[in-house]
Amino acid sequence: MKNKTVDCDILIIGGGMAGCGAAWEARYWSRNSKIVLVDKANIDRSGAVAMGLSAINTYMGMRWGENTPEDFVNYVKNDLMGIIRDDLVYDVARHVDSSVHLFDEWGLPIMKDKNGHYLREGKWQIMIHGESYKAIIAEAAKKSASEIYNRVMITHLIKDTNNKIAGAVGFDVRDGAFYLFKSKAVIVSAGGASQIYRPRSSREGAGRTWYPHWASGSAYGLLIEAGATMTMMEARFSVPRYKDGYGPVGAWQLLLKAKQTNALGQDSFELHKEEIRRSFNGKMGYADVVPTPTNLRVLSSLMELKAGRGPIYMHTENVLTKENEELGWEDFLDMTISQALVWAGQNVDPMKEPSEILPSEPYAMGSHATENGAWASGPADLSSSFKNEERGKSYFWGYNRMSTIDGLFVAGDACGASPHKFSSGSFTEGRIAAKSAVKYLIDHGSEHPQIESNMIEQVKDNLYEPMERYNKNKHEITAGKVSPDMMWYDQGLARLQKLMDEYVAGWGSWYTTNEVMLNKALKLIKMLKEDFVNYAAAEDYHQLLRVWELWHRILTAESIVVHMLYRKETRWPGYYIRSDFPAIDDSGWRVFVNSRYDSKTQSWETFTVPVIDLVVRK
Amino acid sequence: MPTFVYASKCSGCGDCVDICPSDIIHFDRKSRKAYNIEPDACWECFNCIKVCARQAVDVRGYADFVPMGASISVTRDDRKNVIDWNIMYRNGTRKKFSFQIRTTEWGSIKPPSEYPQAKIGEDENLSLEPEKLYVDSLPRLKVRKIEE
Repeated sequence: MKNKTVDCDILIIGGGMAGCGAAWEARYWSRNSKIVLVDKANIDRSGAVAMGLSAINTYMGMRWGENTPEDFVNYVKNDLMGIIRDDLVYDVARHVDSSVHLFDEWGLPIMKDKNGHYLREGKWQIMIHGESYKAIIAEAAKKSASEIYNRVMITHLIKDTNNKIAGAVGFDVRDGAFYLFKSKAVIVSAGGASQIYRPRSSREGAGRTWYPHWASGSAYGLLIEAGATMTMMEARFSVPRYKDGYGPVGAWQLLLKAKQTNALGQDSFELHKEEIRRSFNGKMGYADVVPTPTNLRVLSSLMELKAGRGPIYMHTENVLTKENEELGWEDFLDMTISQALVWAGQNVDPMKEPSEILPSEPYAMGSHATENGAWASGPADLSSSFKNEERGKSYFWGYNRMSTIDGLFVAGDACGASPHKFSSGSFTEGRIAAKSAVKYLIDHGSEHPQIESNMIEQVKDNLYEPMERYNKNKHEITAGKVSPDMMWYDQGLARLQKLMDEYVAGWGSWYTTNEVMLNKALKLIKMLKEDFVNYAAAEDYHQLLRVWELWHRILTAESIVVHMLYRKETRWPGYYIRSDFPAIDDSGWRVFVNSRYDSKTQSWETFTVPVIDLVVRK
Repeated sequence: MPTFVYASKCSGCGDCVDICPSDIIHFDRKSRKAYNIEPDACWECFNCIKVCARQAVDVRGYADFVPMGASISVTRDDRKNVIDWNIMYRNGTRKKFSFQIRTTEWGSIKPPSEYPQAKIGEDENLSLEPEKLYVDSLPRLKVRKIEE
């Protein structure tokens, strides 16, 4: 086994949009420091944008007076039913245009309208020819970082004897080499979690989830185990997408103006608006805001499906013509080619017949239209008035996007309560975190992390234990993967997905749960964690990658259950319903739910933090 | 599928192995050719297909919901910066589309270190701001005093 130690000034974990933005910005502000980026895949095509995208969902257009960051905060707060960090969302919004203008200069083809402005898909979205989006952004990152390590999976963060960040450990998924990255500052820009719930697709098709298979919740697994305070993990969400292929719906709804109806041609939301208003209007009137919060639209679709008036249709046949056909197809070919293959395979002519829409299995994310992630300090000019002695209850402790652990920064899916970043906003948040990390280096650069070598040896043994276990036990059975002494990653994953689906409001239980079910889930997750420790087995380094992805997924799932148990209301009914508290409760629960995990005692501390409205609501 | 590799076309160059975001295209030890080791972890992102110069990699739609017989083939040209799609329906209908993939040459991005460096101070401007925002200054929010 090869051992490699890499000394860095700034370590960036995860080379998706946020990680690439961090590399760019860190190099701009710090010309001589050693900036190292690590990705478990190849950054040319890694992260959620690996396939490409057909739109950039967050662009203010301030140069043309199209939107203001204040308007954006109001829109995002409505969509999340009143709970967001105004400071973090405003901060992304005021910077995001400069990121998009860089993409334009670098060569990302952005469609233009007749005035030469970026072609709007909707109020916040612009249309792109985005097949090579990630490859272009990766080029910028490659020209910024001192070193890039592709195919190295980070399994654990490392803290020093003073509880400051000291680096991370992982292994090369191809040759198995052990890596210790020692770093004064670390930016976690890893991904959210798919495959924590049983996917709707089955067997061979199980890889076709909306959010990619490689989104293994490493953003959360790494941060939770390190003891960072997390926020809003209960706000995991599902997305309404074209059935089976998960093709995007934005361009169809916003640009092409296609309508969604039930099987009888009725608008689901209009049918249930009164009922939704009764339980979920809150103090801010969510049922009547424009646009309707995504989760309330999803709820109305679910009500129609449950009533037996499905399927829900997207009426492509009423909007698609020979003239705009290319645009409709490009929407899929840029970012969800499978959906084009569903149409071709099932002989669907979108100009003649509608296609089905269905809410997905739930995912955990901090970058898309929801807000899972670490609790982070905000920018000085917006957040410094809202201080608390405890970082986990404060909005500010010196460095923008620093987690509650000194020197540990978060961006993209890793930064919580900061939703609706999407690709451009994640890149932007990576930039914000990196500039802040450079400031931290200037202030603390002379302090060298003190790492106990015993601790590293222990983590290393732990990391490779699943392979040791396989080699020890493989001759016990004739062949195959059924053993009383070993649990392969896919077996552990199946157990996780089943319990999450059945007890934690997956699609199989109509996104509904209660206290009894959640407690049962916690009991089963505890056993799964014990089995992981005692039985996880890997035949090779690829399986070892999957094993550690599973660990990150398990921790993500456990935090979701802990948070859902704590929040005694139904805040986002389209995403999940607590049947024992089936309505929104603005007076009791318009607050953040934060948590901290102690990996030694395996216990969770949970508490609430007030939502502070910085932006005047229109 | 999930993707698969045609035995007659694969030369074992490893470009697909190198790019797969899911780490599922590996070499077969005996044949030294690439194959998909974990089809149920495949996202059909087509990156292995796009990089293959010999068109040895292809997709057969997911077994659980795509009937047999359809195909999507693709050619990505990073000199002309165009991608060509060729879709064939199960019933034989064909569709062809071409899209631009980039407006500049590959490798042409100016690195951040070649820009003059601003002084890192107390303001909130990121690199090249406010110039790259194309507005006069970074928007600021008047923070209200919150009564306890």
